[in-house]
Amino acid sequence: MKRLVVVVFVLVALTALAADQLSVQVRQARLRGRPSYLGPATTEVAYGTRLTLLESRGPWRRLRAPDGSEGWLHESALTEKKLKLAAGENVDTSADSDELALAGKGFNEEVENAFKKDHGDIDYAWVDRMAAWKVSPEEAVRFLAAGDVKGGQR
Amino acid sequence: MKRRLIYTSLVVVLVLAGCSAVSQMATQIAVDQGAITEDQATSINRTVKAAEKAWTDITPEQEHYIGRAVAASLLSTYEPLDDAAANRYLNQLGQSLAYASERPETFGGYHFLLLDSDEINAFACPGGLVLVSRGLLACCRGEDELASVLAHEIGHVAGKHGLRSIKKSRLTNALTILAAEGARSFGSESVGELVDDLEGSIDDITQSLVNSGYSRGLEREADTAAVVIMNEVGYNARGLADMLEEMQHRWSPTGLGFMRTHPSPGDRLSDVRPQLTPLPPLAPPAVRQQRFETALGHLL
Repeated sequence: MKRLVVVVFVLVALTALAADQLSVQVRQARLRGRPSYLGPATTEVAYGTRLTLLESRGPWRRLRAPDGSEGWLHESALTEKKLKLAAGENVDTSADSDELALAGKGFNEEVENAFKKDHGDIDYAWVDRMAAWKVSPEEAVRFLAAGDVKGGQR
Repeated sequence: MKRRLIYTSLVVVLVLAGCSAVSQMATQIAVDQGAITEDQATSINRTVKAAEKAWTDITPEQEHYIGRAVAASLLSTYEPLDDAAANRYLNQLGQSLAYASERPETFGGYHFLLLDSDEINAFACPGGLVLVSRGLLACCRGEDELASVLAHEIGHVAGKHGLRSIKKSRLTNALTILAAEGARSFGSESVGELVDDLEGSIDDITQSLVNSGYSRGLEREADTAAVVIMNEVGYNARGLADMLEEMQHRWSPTGLGFMRTHPSPGDRLSDVRPQLTPLPPLAPPAVRQQRFETALGHLL
């Protein structure tokens, strides 16, 4: 009976520990000093980085990065799954298929390159140009203020 | 013959059910009763598991690469509008709105591009690449109206509506192949290969975006998302109603673009109007109207 209690305790503890870990599921994201895009940016975290959950507030999570720094990130940038891959890495060699859906069969940079070879008529040049057009949260705030757009968020 | 029929029916039913746990129980019963063999049971379970994975749980990274391929494919048909200042303004507005959506973070972020087409049209590619035609731009008299267009497309991306069209059409495709596999009893080819098919996914999504459109329910969802985003950021969501009214003037049921893929502006208006009634009429500040006209006036 005692042994059973210990086993259950260990299992519960392990589950709780697992739930405290989240992975970054976007190419790159910035932790922020408060739960808002207007909070000062602190640490940059890359795809697959495991972060420790410290606190939740609405859609925002306060997290600790592997280097010990802390900050807030929107939940849409996070997953409970473990992502072992760096973006563009060959999934065949390192994925754990149960933890990463479609691993080894998914679409990545390698598949895109093969697709481009088969479809010479499809040009990615404009897609790459679009991807380079970035507006930071700080620029967004300046843009909205210049247009006299007064929102609840700011 | 009877056994083959049972086998094929079981595959179809279990794939539709889309649950490998149910599949394992059902095949075990079928084996116990002598309806199918152990090997057939293994094949069915493998098929159901592969199919189950095909349309659930697409990661943001995979969504990103699917979206890039869809956008590249659309841009081989539609001419991009090569106007740096106009596209810059479009991205400042669109990305400012995206930060207030329920899904501000996608793998590669939100990016917007104008298309040099008179069609009233826009495409929200998975992951956040959004294409907007000059024809749709012409339905907007100011920044609040344009914000409603971009926020609607952000709503489609956030709701993963494009990916949902893979789900629908690949289900049909998968069933066709699985039925053929069933008819041969034991295909040596792994049905799991289905999930590998990037081209299939692109075709599914482009078909929805260009020809069949989304359901009225998903369009309503995107319009509602647009209203929420606009309220949050500080635009007057009446811009959506004004834009739809202008679109109604230009509407021809036999036309291309939105006329083929979207509910009529009148239907959208009646769906969304209850959320807009309390708002005052549009009266954008001069500075906002001026920058809209400076950036886009020559294209209207």
